Amino acid sequence: MYGDHQFPGKLFIVEGIDGSGKSTQLSLLQQWLKREGYMVFFSEWNSSPLVKETTRRGKKKQMLTPTTFSLLHATDLADRIERHIIPPLKAGAIVLADRYIYTAFARDTARGVSPHWVRELYRFAVKPTIAFYFRVPLAVSLKRILSARAGLKYYEAGMDLGLSDDLEESFELFQGLISRKYEEMVEEFGLRVVDATRSIEEQQNEVRAIVERELIDVPKRPVSAFAASNPLFLEK
Amino acid sequence: MEDRSNNHAFEFYGEGLPGVDLGELRGRLIVIEGPDGVGRSTQVSMLKPWLESNGHAVLDTGMTRSALAGRGIKQAKAGITLGPISLTLFYATDFADRLENEMIPALRAGFIVLTDRYIYSLIARSIVRGLDASWIKACYGLALKPDAVFYLRSNVGGLIPRVLSSPGGFDYWESGMDIHLGDDLFDSFAAYQTRMLSVFDSMIDEYGFEVIDATEPIDLIYRNLQRRIGRLLREF
Repeated sequence: MYGDHQFPGKLFIVEGIDGSGKSTQLSLLQQWLKREGYMVFFSEWNSSPLVKETTRRGKKKQMLTPTTFSLLHATDLADRIERHIIPPLKAGAIVLADRYIYTAFARDTARGVSPHWVRELYRFAVKPTIAFYFRVPLAVSLKRILSARAGLKYYEAGMDLGLSDDLEESFELFQGLISRKYEEMVEEFGLRVVDATRSIEEQQNEVRAIVERELIDVPKRPVSAFAASNPLFLEK
Repeated sequence: MEDRSNNHAFEFYGEGLPGVDLGELRGRLIVIEGPDGVGRSTQVSMLKPWLESNGHAVLDTGMTRSALAGRGIKQAKAGITLGPISLTLFYATDFADRLENEMIPALRAGFIVLTDRYIYSLIARSIVRGLDASWIKACYGLALKPDAVFYLRSNVGGLIPRVLSSPGGFDYWESGMDIHLGDDLFDSFAAYQTRMLSVFDSMIDEYGFEVIDATEPIDLIYRNLQRRIGRLLREF
């Protein structure tokens, strides 16, 4: 249940509204950690094949309510945590996740789900070593995202909230709501704020410096270190 | 139970669902609960035509029948691919979908909703799998409190004949084979159902179950349920 985990690995996650540049930063972090010789595992949001199929059907037929939307994503994250996050953490790996429980808190409460209930729902989640929040003004992120992508999808644009009949306008209003929810969580969860208006290089340097401080007790190439102390791995 | 004869009002267990006006719900919510093989669906199949012949509109529903998540859960169980937390949340998604899209609309229209199992079976199966009871109960804070919960109570010996008369015999999940309680299906079934029964028993007072002795013959159980439901409906 949500709290400091006792596993040898570390969990770093990135959060922020669409177009904040968080995925770019996480991918650069992953490259660097690999080059440094750490065992790195990357966990994507919404990646469980089974739940994905249900989510896809729910979205396609627009049959999701705020509550079932929230529960389905919780199911997916639980599957990711049970399958892709806890085992690598136990093995001493560095786990990187693009979006985590804070995405759900921001998105679901923007849809009207009770903030208390959704926090209870995600109590199974492992607390990240560091949760980065890429803070960006709405105007900047919208410019990045709306110029880059062709068509917004119904739930992505928050059309189910009934904010506007226009897809793009609804998306902007929804992103604004989510942005405010993130800001409210900075203190509550101790999110590490990164100023995402700066250059990509400047942001990455800051992220690496923060991550590096957490890696003092993490051995490089932990698999070989583990194998050396475990006769089962020496047979070959 | 409080007197709902004049101003019948539903409540949620916790914070409930966003956007539901409880004052609009005019029907009655009746739950048949109990372990696997106790004869719940037999009773539901007799109660429904009886209620209809008395002029009541009836919606009967049961677990994993949701349009959204029912199929996904069945696939997950067939392949044994989800961990205990994920499966708990997938069941909760199925439940929420049926609550929002079937039960609540039916209650709004003045139906009697007769449900084969409710949140209690789901809570029990998760508790037996070692999950935190307070977490599961908090998740199901979205559920409506039923007008009555009839708990068909039996002992493990009483469950076995019905299980053996079903085409598949002992079922992997109903025997709790995923948690390794016994060497074969029978040993595991006995150990698992013993635990389930003790969790059900512990919920009697907490949730105000009306206990029905399910070791009696089917027609006696049926008359017992008819009497109790008849009394409930006369308060309409």
